Amino acid sequence: MGNLGVLERLMMDILWDSTAPLTANELKDALLRPAVSATPGKPLATTTVLTVLSRLETKAFVTRDRSVRPHAYSAVMTRAEHTAGLMHEVLGQVPDRQAALARFIGSVSPQEAETLRHLLGVAPSDNA
Amino acid sequence: MTIAALLLGTIAVLLAGPVPLLLGRSRWPARSPGVALVLWQAIALSGGMSMIGSLLLYGLTPFGTTLAQSLVALGGNLTAGTLPDGTSFTHMLAIGAAILLGGHLLLNLLATFVRAERQRRHHHTLIALLSDPLHGQPGMRVIDHPAPVAYCLPGAGHSATVLSNGLLRLLDADQVRAVIAHEQAHLVQQHHLVLLAFKSWHSALPWFPIANRAENAVALLVEMLADDHARRIVDDQTLARAIALVGFTLAGATPPPDKEADAAAQAAASASDRNLELAVEPEHPAHQILPRVARLVNPTVPLHYTATAGALTVSAVLLVGPALILFGA
Repeated sequence: MGNLGVLERLMMDILWDSTAPLTANELKDALLRPAVSATPGKPLATTTVLTVLSRLETKAFVTRDRSVRPHAYSAVMTRAEHTAGLMHEVLGQVPDRQAALARFIGSVSPQEAETLRHLLGVAPSDNA
Repeated sequence: MTIAALLLGTIAVLLAGPVPLLLGRSRWPARSPGVALVLWQAIALSGGMSMIGSLLLYGLTPFGTTLAQSLVALGGNLTAGTLPDGTSFTHMLAIGAAILLGGHLLLNLLATFVRAERQRRHHHTLIALLSDPLHGQPGMRVIDHPAPVAYCLPGAGHSATVLSNGLLRLLDADQVRAVIAHEQAHLVQQHHLVLLAFKSWHSALPWFPIANRAENAVALLVEMLADDHARRIVDDQTLARAIALVGFTLAGATPPPDKEADAAAQAAASASDRNLELAVEPEHPAHQILPRVARLVNPTVPLHYTATAGALTVSAVLLVGPALILFGA
C-alpha cells in the first residue's frame, strides 16, 4: 500500500463515518483533524484529494453527485456491506470466485457438521 | 515410433484412470502429505505429456522414424504442400488433436493465473481499506466480521494473513497462534501455485472426473501440510480444537464448550474408520475437516523413509520416462 493507498484508506474512513456526502474541500479539512491525519497540521493540496477521489470512483468505492457545485462525494456501500460481500466470496458462497484461496476452514458440508454433532451428542439444531 | 506412441498411450491411460483412483483411495497420503503432493503433481504432468506425446508420435509416423527427423520432414511437407505416402486422415487428426490439447491446457493455465492475479490484486485493495493490522504487524490483518474466517492472500512482497473478529472471539490465544502458523505455512510453501495449477487442469477438462478428484485431493493435502507446520508451534490438541470449533461455527452450529470439542475430536478419531471414508473419497471439496481432525487426535506415523524414497523415485520416473520415450523416439 503506497502513499495513495494510505490516503484512500483515510478518505474512505471519513466518507464511511460521514452522514452526508462531502465535497473535496470538506474532505481536505476532515483529513487535517488530528484523530484522522498521520501528519496533523500539514494540509493536502485539493488536487491530491481530487486525484484520490477519482481513483476511488474508478474502483467503484465512491460515487460523485455532479448535480451540485462543488461536486459531493459519498461511499457507494457501507463498510459493513463491503466486508460482508468480501467474506461471502471468501467463504466460497459465490461460485468460482477466490476458489484457489487457502482458507483455514473452507465450506463445511452438512454431513460433516452432522457427523461431528452426532458424535458430540448435541441435539440437532433447528436450521440443520 | 509406433511402439513409442503405443507405450505413451498406455501410460496416459493408466495415469488418467487407475493410478489416480488408487492414490485417491489409499490411506498413506494422510501420513505423509508432502510426498503425496509430489506424486499428484508428477501424475498430472506425466499424464498430460504422455497423452499429447502419444498423439503426436502416432500422427508423425508417416513422416520419419524419429521425432526430430519427422518434425523436420513435416516442416518440409508443410511448405511444399504435400503429404508423404501412407499418410491417412487419422494421422492428421492425431497431430491436430495433440496441438489442440497442448494449446488448450497451456492457454487455460495462463488464463487461470492471470484471472487469479487480477482477483488477488482487487482483494488486496479491499483488505487495505476494510481491515486493520493485528498488533501493528502489516502482514496480519483483522477484518470486522462475525463469522470465524482465516485465510491468506499471497502477493509479491505484500502477502497478508487475514483473520476475522469472529475468529479472534471464538478461539483462545494458543488456538489463534495455531491458525496463524497454519496460514503462514500456506504462504511460505506457495501452496496457491499448486492449487491454481490443479484448478486450471480441472477447468480445462471439466468432463474428466479424475481432474476434479485430483483438485480436491490436492486441496486436502495442502491443508494437512499447513496443519503439520502448525503442529510444530502448538500441540495437536490445540490445533484439532481450533479446527473443530471453526468448523462447527461455520456450519451454523453452536460452538460447544472446550470439553465437548475435545470429546468431538476424540470421537471423530475413534470412529475414524467410518469418518475416513470421507478422506478416501475426496470428490467433494467440503469433506476436509474430519480427515484433518482425525490425524491430529490419533497421530499417524509418517511413511518409512524407504517408502518415501520409493514414492519420490516413482514421481521422478513418471516425469523422466515419458520425456525419454518421446524424445528418444
